[in-house]
Order: sequence, then structure tokens, then C-alpha cells
Amino acid sequence: MSDAAILPFERAEPSASLPRPIFPLAVRGLALSYGATQVLAGVDLDLGARGCTVVMGPNGAGKSLLLKLLHGLIAPSGGVIDWAGQSPSEVTRRQALVFQRPVLLRRSVGANIDFVLKARGLPRATVRERRTALLAHVGLAEKTDLPARRLSGGEAQRLALARALATEPEVLFLDEPTASLDPASALAIEEIVTRARDLGTRVIFVTHDVGQARRLADDVVFLHRGRVAEHRPAEAFFAAPRSEAAAGYLAGRIVV
Amino acid sequence: MQGIAEAISLALELVLRADADLLEIVVLSLRVSLTATLTACLIGLPLGALLAVARFPGRQAAIVVVNALMGLPPVVVGLLVYLHLSRAGPLGFLGLLYTPSAMIIAQTILIAPIVTALSRQVLEDLHGEYAEQFRSLCLSRSQMVGALLWDGRFSLMTVALAGFGRAVAEVGAVIVVGGNIDHLTRVMTTAIALETSRGDLALALALGMVLLVIALGVNAAVQGVRINAARHAHV
Amino acid sequence: MFTRPLGALCAALCLAGPAFAQDDRIIVQSTTSTANSGLYDHILPRFEAATGIRVSVVAVGTGQAIRNAENCDGDLLLVHAKPAEEAFVAAGHGSWRRDLMYNDFVIVGPEADPAGIAGTQDAEAALARIAEAGALFASRGDDSGTHKKEMALWSASGVSPEGASGTWYRETGSGMGATLNAAVGMGAYTLTDRASWISYENRQDFAVQVEGDADLFNQYGVIPVSAAHCPSVKAEAAEVFAGWLLSDEGQAAIAGHEVAGQQLFFPNAGAE
Repeated sequence: MSDAAILPFERAEPSASLPRPIFPLAVRGLALSYGATQVLAGVDLDLGARGCTVVMGPNGAGKSLLLKLLHGLIAPSGGVIDWAGQSPSEVTRRQALVFQRPVLLRRSVGANIDFVLKARGLPRATVRERRTALLAHVGLAEKTDLPARRLSGGEAQRLALARALATEPEVLFLDEPTASLDPASALAIEEIVTRARDLGTRVIFVTHDVGQARRLADDVVFLHRGRVAEHRPAEAFFAAPRSEAAAGYLAGRIVV
Repeated sequence: MQGIAEAISLALELVLRADADLLEIVVLSLRVSLTATLTACLIGLPLGALLAVARFPGRQAAIVVVNALMGLPPVVVGLLVYLHLSRAGPLGFLGLLYTPSAMIIAQTILIAPIVTALSRQVLEDLHGEYAEQFRSLCLSRSQMVGALLWDGRFSLMTVALAGFGRAVAEVGAVIVVGGNIDHLTRVMTTAIALETSRGDLALALALGMVLLVIALGVNAAVQGVRINAARHAHV
Repeated sequence: MFTRPLGALCAALCLAGPAFAQDDRIIVQSTTSTANSGLYDHILPRFEAATGIRVSVVAVGTGQAIRNAENCDGDLLLVHAKPAEEAFVAAGHGSWRRDLMYNDFVIVGPEADPAGIAGTQDAEAALARIAEAGALFASRGDDSGTHKKEMALWSASGVSPEGASGTWYRETGSGMGATLNAAVGMGAYTLTDRASWISYENRQDFAVQVEGDADLFNQYGVIPVSAAHCPSVKAEAAEVFAGWLLSDEGQAAIAGHEVAGQQLFFPNAGAE
């Protein structure tokens, strides 16, 4: 991460807050079943420390569940997730997840940010300073005192993103964050995510939108039928997908 | 019908001339029932939140028990408290029987299960919405409970109102542990019971109307807060 | 916006002040008949002015009053069931017992008088006629002094009404007032002490049907709860109150209590 601050305020020394690296990520034989339904059936995946990985695949491929498994929100039925020797739940705290539908507290915009900062035990002055910087960063500064639930869809998702960034995550998961947004709002989200990625945050982004994937991805993971059908650099993937499913998906055919 | 008309005019007369005895009884009723509601909330809200958030063996059984305790008959609560506070009982040395404190204790026991059970339901629904986000933020259990209680505060006001309504309306518990002593432990409901037993049904009904108006006032105040909150989209 | 009303609520509760424990008051366990008729409202201000001792009255049935006193939840007992009172003293729960005052019981019933007992002076015969006619009768059924008296009268009349419970014999299990309300509502005869009847306001077409039988005599007694049995008892103050009730001044105060121009209780402390 070096001195590349992802946010316009001073960041603690990596050595102080990050006792151990969490990359490389190695996933082996990851399986997830609900009763008789097998959602993930042996996912293998290796990710390095930098860039933006876009996870694509047809509905029901298990994209969202893969994120939740990696983030340690749910437990797998089988297989191993290894964050440089640590289990997902050991590193949840160093990561953040933005959901498709933002889960905002029934409080003001500013209080939504304050909440996570206070939960991390930061002193009041720091909380105020960071909140101001974060809301300016996502273009919500003038809405600080509005109730969060009065925000438009795009604003709400920007607030959720700002809140995710507030804890300075090393990994930022995004689960189709723009799925229900208009193009302009989606673009605003993409800009914030790109900036975070450029400043060193590892981004793992689930999307259905092929255009968005082209704009954001450094590499693409294509999930199909509970497995990784393809994992390649974005340019190569979009130029010539190897798997039939991915090729069909990119061509706009219905893939199941 | 004549009785009701008589009761209404009597109620108006009592209120308009600010009858000192009536005022004393009203103030004591509010003091006892509001204190009991506050105490029941201090006990029941964290307990309800914990039941909503925590997963432990026997949780379902605990929920069933708390829900069942909502149906506690006031007179049974009164007797249980009487047996404990009686000079012959284990807490007799406190000398609390036939005091407002005893009435507060009885009403707190009566409504704490209501506050617990209803807040558990409210907060479990809210937690269903927040749970994944909370886990992603690595919140401690107490941080979750705190956030749920704060974000659910307007729904929880209704929960508190349900408790207050039951407390201020019950007579069975306070008459046993308070003794309906004039100028000491007489509240609206025991005064109504007394006037009924004296056969002064018009006065009893008039007091009932005053009680109803007080309950309306408390509910209207809380509803005002809620509407204000809804306008600010916090609900 | 929302914090202000919340704060106001908290402030209101704080202003409500601390709840207090029992202070220097003495507690009298007594009957609904004495309390409901306003006797204490009449005599207590005089006593409190004279001595500065404050008195709280818990009005329940005689049976419950005696049990509460046995549990040491009262300093003085003022009830009307002489055998039970004497047993209370004999068991060591009370220091002593004295006759305080009396009035009488009456049998009240609807004007229509379905059992045809109006004007009878023989209470036992009247009850027997009620049973024979199967006319409704409302019993306290609560182990109170009035209930004990009623059971004694039935026993003397040779009728045991328990078998008819739920048919013409209706046990309310409630206080005098509630039982009078039930009797008036059902058109049933009932036994009541005269004080409760005179101060009862929901009589409708009910009237006294039987009175004047020596068996309807209703004696009230006063008993200080024994400090040997109950160390927590405020024995000294209780003795002062009992002494005042039995004194000329107290007896005059009792005699002076009237409702609707009628004297309700007749002091007889000096008769023994």
C-alpha cells in the first residue's frame, strides 16, 4: 500500500494496523450446499494483492455466495479458503462488503458513517474529521444531516460505499452495487471504486453488466454451474473467452 | 344511558374544579405506572434485544416462556409480590408492602414480559435486515444490541406504550400490594374499584373516563413523536 | 427532533421522585364495611390531630384481614367475627381484644319479595323460606365476617345452601359492594351489614326485608397485633390508637359518624 492513501486523510502506518499480509488468497475445492442443492461445487481460485477482480456469471452461479464465503459471513460446506494463512473470519475485520441493496441505519447520513468509526473505537475528533472527508469524497457532504433513508438509490449506495471505505479495508467486496441504479449513478459508483483500486485497495466486484465489467476489471472470474469456468486477465477474457459458457454470456445468449 | 350522561358531567366537573383528591390519585397513577414502564423497559429492552440477536440452546423455549408471561394475571403478580414483601415473607424487612414502591415492583413484573416479548419481535425483524451488514462490520454483540435499540426506538415506543397501557389499567396487582390506602396508595383503578363497591357507579365511571383521557394523552404524545420521526424518515 | 420529547419524558419521570418505604404510619387491617361507609374518613382526622400519629387503612374481608395481620402486615386489627378474633388472640397473634362498636346485619332484597319475607323478624325463618322458594340469594362466599355470620344463620335455619350453589344460591366470592351490585343485578336477596347498605348508592328497587333479630347483631372488635409475634409491629402507636378508639373521645367520634342522617356504628366499649 506504501504511502498511497486511498482517502484524503492520513492513514495509519500499514505495519501498525496490518500485522500480517492477507494475500495471496488461495481457494481450493470450495463447496456450498443448501440441503440437496449444491450452489458451489469445487471452486479453485488464486488472487494476488492488487487490482480489481470482476466476478461474472449467469444467475444462480453462486457469485454473491462466493463473496460472502470469502468475507467470512457464511461457512462453506467443504473446501478451504486461505487468506495467506488466515481463515475468512480472521480477516473479516480488514475487509468491507457493499451489498446490492444498501443496508442503511435509520439515522442521518453522517451518523451512518460515525457509527462504524465509533464501533472501531476511534476518538470523537477523528470520527468527525473522517466523516467529513468521506462524505466529501462521495459527494454527499451537503446531505450530512439528512436522514439516510431519504436518499435516492444512487446516493444511498454512495453512502454505503463511503461507510465501507471508512474502516480502510484492505479488500473491498461489492455485490452488484449498481444493479438497480440509473447509468449516471452507476458511473459515480464506478469512479469511487476505481479511485479506491488505484490507491491500493483490493477490489472484488460482482456484476451482471458486461460493459461495467469491461470498464473496471483487471481480471475476470467467470462462474458457471458452481465452478470457476474461467479466470484470466480482463483484456484476454473479453477478446476471446475460452469457455463456451463465457463466450455465450458475452454474446448476450441466455446461459444457464 | 342516563348513567353515562351523569358520569360524563361528573367527570367534567371533577376535572374542571381540579379536585385535589382526584389530582393526587392521577399523579400517583402516572408516577407508579410510568416508573414501572421505565423500569420494565430497562429490563425488557436489552433482554428482548438479546433474545433477538443471540442464538443459544433453549432460545425458542425462552421465547415461548416470555410470550406466555405476557398473559400473567395481575392478581397473581400481586399475590407473588405480596408473599415476598409481606413481613412474614423473605423481603419483609424492607417494609415496602402498602407503599407506592410495592406497586411499582408489581407492575414492573407484570409488564416486563410484555416489553421483552414485543421488543424481541420488533428487533428480530430489524435484525433480519441488519444482520449481514453487522457481521461484515464485525460488531460485538453489545454494539449490535445498542444499534438495534437505537434504530428501533420509534417502534419500541409503541412497545413501551403497550406496557404502560397494561400497567395503568390494571387493578388486581396494585390493590393487593398497595392496599388502596387513601392519600398513600390509592390510584385511578383502585379508586374506581372502591367507588364500584360503594355502588357509586356514576363516580366510578367518571373516574374511568378521566383514566381514559389520561391514557389518550400519553398515547397522543408518543404518536406525535412518531409522526415527527416518520416525517424525517427515521421510521 | 425526537430527542426533545424523550428528554422531557425522562425529566418527568425524574421529577416523579423516589418511591418511599413505609414511614411512621401505622397500618390498620380492617373491613370493607367500615372503610366503604366512610367511618375512617370521619374519625381519623380527629385522631391524627390529637396525637400526630398517621393511620393507613387496608380494607379487605375479615378473613383476609386476619391473615394479613398474622403475616405481620398490619399493626392493628379492626374486624367483625368474634370467634375468629378470639382465636387470633389465643394463638398469640394479638395482644388483647376489646369490643369496640356494633351495628346489625339486615337481609335486603327486591321490592317484589319473591320469597315473601318482608317484615319477618326471624332471620333463620326468612332464610329457610328463601331456600324453600328457591329465590335467588347472593352470598359473599369469601370467608369475610359477613360470610361467617351468614353461614351461622344458615346453620341455625337447618338449611345447607352449598348444595344449591350455582342454582338459587350464588356465591360471588367478592367484597360487600361487589356482592350488593351482583344482588341488585340479579334480583337476589343478600345479607349485608347496615353500614354498607346505608352508604351503598346503587340500591335501585332494593329495600331492607328482614331486620331486628337478635341473631343479626354485628359486633366489631379491636386487637393490637402482638409485638411478641411480630417484632416489626409499631406496638406503641397501635396501642395509642386502640386506646383512643376505646376512650370517650374515640367512642364519641364513632357515634358521630352519620350517613344520610343515620348513625352507622354504635360504640359499646364500656359495656364489658
